[in-house]
Amino acid sequence: MEKTRKIRVLIAKPGLDSHDRGAKVVARALRDAGMEVIYTGLRQTPEQIVETALQEDVDVIGLSILSGAHKTQFPRIMQLLKDQELTDVMVFAGGIIPQEDVADMKRLGIKEIFGPGTPTKDIIRYVMKNLPKRN
Amino acid sequence: MFDKERIAEIKKEKERWEQTTLQDWTKQCNERKEDFRNTSNVSIERLYTPEHISSLDYIHDIGFPGEYPFLRGVHATMYRGRLWTMRQFSGFGTAVQTNQRFKYLLKEGETGLSIAFDYPTIMGYDSDHPMAQGEVGICGVAIASLRDMEALLDGIPLDKVTTSMTINGPAAMLLAMYVAVGDQQGVPRGNLGGTTQNDNLKEYFAQKLCIYPPKPAVKLTTDIIEYCTKHLPRWNPISISGYHIREAGSSAVQELAFTIYDGITYVESTMKRGLKVDDFAQRLSFFFASHNDFFEEVAKFRAARRIWARLMKERFHAKNPRSMWMRMHVQTSGCTLTAQQPLNNVTRTTIQALAAVVGGTQSLHTNSFDEALALPSENAVRVALRTQQIVAHESGATQTIDPLAGAYYIEALTNKMEEKTFEYIRRIDEMGGAIVAIEKGFFQKEIADSAYKYQREIEEMKRTIVGVNDYKIEKEETPIELLRVDPKVEKEQLANMHELKQERNKKKVEEVLGKLRRSAEKNENLMPVIIESVKAYATLGEICEELRQVYGEYKELIII
Repeated sequence: MEKTRKIRVLIAKPGLDSHDRGAKVVARALRDAGMEVIYTGLRQTPEQIVETALQEDVDVIGLSILSGAHKTQFPRIMQLLKDQELTDVMVFAGGIIPQEDVADMKRLGIKEIFGPGTPTKDIIRYVMKNLPKRN
Repeated sequence: MFDKERIAEIKKEKERWEQTTLQDWTKQCNERKEDFRNTSNVSIERLYTPEHISSLDYIHDIGFPGEYPFLRGVHATMYRGRLWTMRQFSGFGTAVQTNQRFKYLLKEGETGLSIAFDYPTIMGYDSDHPMAQGEVGICGVAIASLRDMEALLDGIPLDKVTTSMTINGPAAMLLAMYVAVGDQQGVPRGNLGGTTQNDNLKEYFAQKLCIYPPKPAVKLTTDIIEYCTKHLPRWNPISISGYHIREAGSSAVQELAFTIYDGITYVESTMKRGLKVDDFAQRLSFFFASHNDFFEEVAKFRAARRIWARLMKERFHAKNPRSMWMRMHVQTSGCTLTAQQPLNNVTRTTIQALAAVVGGTQSLHTNSFDEALALPSENAVRVALRTQQIVAHESGATQTIDPLAGAYYIEALTNKMEEKTFEYIRRIDEMGGAIVAIEKGFFQKEIADSAYKYQREIEEMKRTIVGVNDYKIEKEETPIELLRVDPKVEKEQLANMHELKQERNKKKVEEVLGKLRRSAEKNENLMPVIIESVKAYATLGEICEELRQVYGEYKELIII
């Protein structure tokens, strides 16, 4: 019998900011929850992130940004995912995203935004529940 | 500190107390937890008595302020003489906007400046570099050339105000610009006072804003130390930083040990240039975080001074007592601020600020209550500064020197911090030093493990964070007014850069950059040629790029 495929998650840090504490803690929590986690490291361009997502055949992408550059970075990433026909990949984000920007980010196709203080178990539960169905 | 007989009596009395009073009481009121621990994984005992500090020798281990081992403070009068410098880290948007914020802070009673640069500046990219898009002036001020630095410091007398610059990879370039503005104002170089963070080692495992690989980065750090020793006697060439180590998730003792080890490394690299320890050590300064556990933090600051003094004396054979001084700047801990019920952060910051003052800091930054959400608004910055002023003038903490000294708990904890720090120092020595430890990912792993443990404790309710995992409210209070950086800033800055590139002497720029590269290839001290380059209006990005060509770029070692 075919073994169940583990959920594959890419945790990515776009932009120049170097606050990776949250991204790493989330990566580790998802891994401990049984998922296959790939972490990009810091300062990845949208192109690099989407390329990694494609190469690694991920189901989920988690974007972390704390510098305020989400308004520049997130639209590009979402556009590139569309260009690569990776629209079935679920994208969530975390970091410091002001409340007033949340609606705009969701309109881009980002499913959920987790602010500071979010328990990792909430993120795990969300990923499990909203996992895209694969063909 | 007590004679042996007296200690034996106390011990006996304590045993009696445990069997009678304590036992009776715990029958009706048991303790809330089996084990109480601080972040440094020290098991905290129920009660501290003279027994815990019986091996302390007052004169040898505690001593007097202004004297070895400096546990009680580096100055003989501490805050009875002069209060600490109230220095608020600040910067956003264009140089002109930040210049206005600086003037506001000085008017409100701030006594020193502290520049926050934006990410492109920190990474050595000009504002018009593709990597800079969306980041210009957002998390700090954009400084791409001497022209921006001139605007930033306009109307600020550099012989009267001291300035701290949080800059590492391109520290030499920003210091060069500061020196150039000082020259324009006619201030003798000997009168320029301030600090460059310039601690490149911690970048690889804590702040993670690295440009070059560790070896050339330490070379640049050492260039600044050497240059300042010879030409800028009032400048602190380095601020050896634990703050970022702590913010990345370390415990208090890891923060202390790794910072001090970085310090050891810089002393060694500078001595290799032929400088004597007493020529430069007195200008080395330190930077720590102040977290929530008041007593752990006070013990950390006190232990830091004694450890450094002992290392300087015993490991490096310093003779001048000033070489043994650990002067420190402290910032309250950003990672303890919560986005939930943000006004509670004022309370956290107050406790942390008091710990820094009771711990004997020379300089302090208090965070603003809205910083888990955005860069601070003017109102929030004022409350933060007022917090320091209340600690200074109303709390009574400044009336006597080192007020918690002699407390059984504090002295026992101070000893523990020192003991655990020396254990780490031995381990890193055995590994082959800080650069090897970085290359092996030792620091990175230690910090990542602590960060994960801390988060687990919160989620498992072993650690209460008010408003986050307990005492929550259904609906958050009315949103506070946040500072937003105008997106026009980037456009304005790009126009400035374009103008600069039209107006400057291109040939001169090419000449100095060529000279810079040759100097780097010959492994000379680069400060003089970098000063020459910024004065020719070569941009920060151009200078850093020239050195990228020589040194290569750092590739992150990923450890989760």
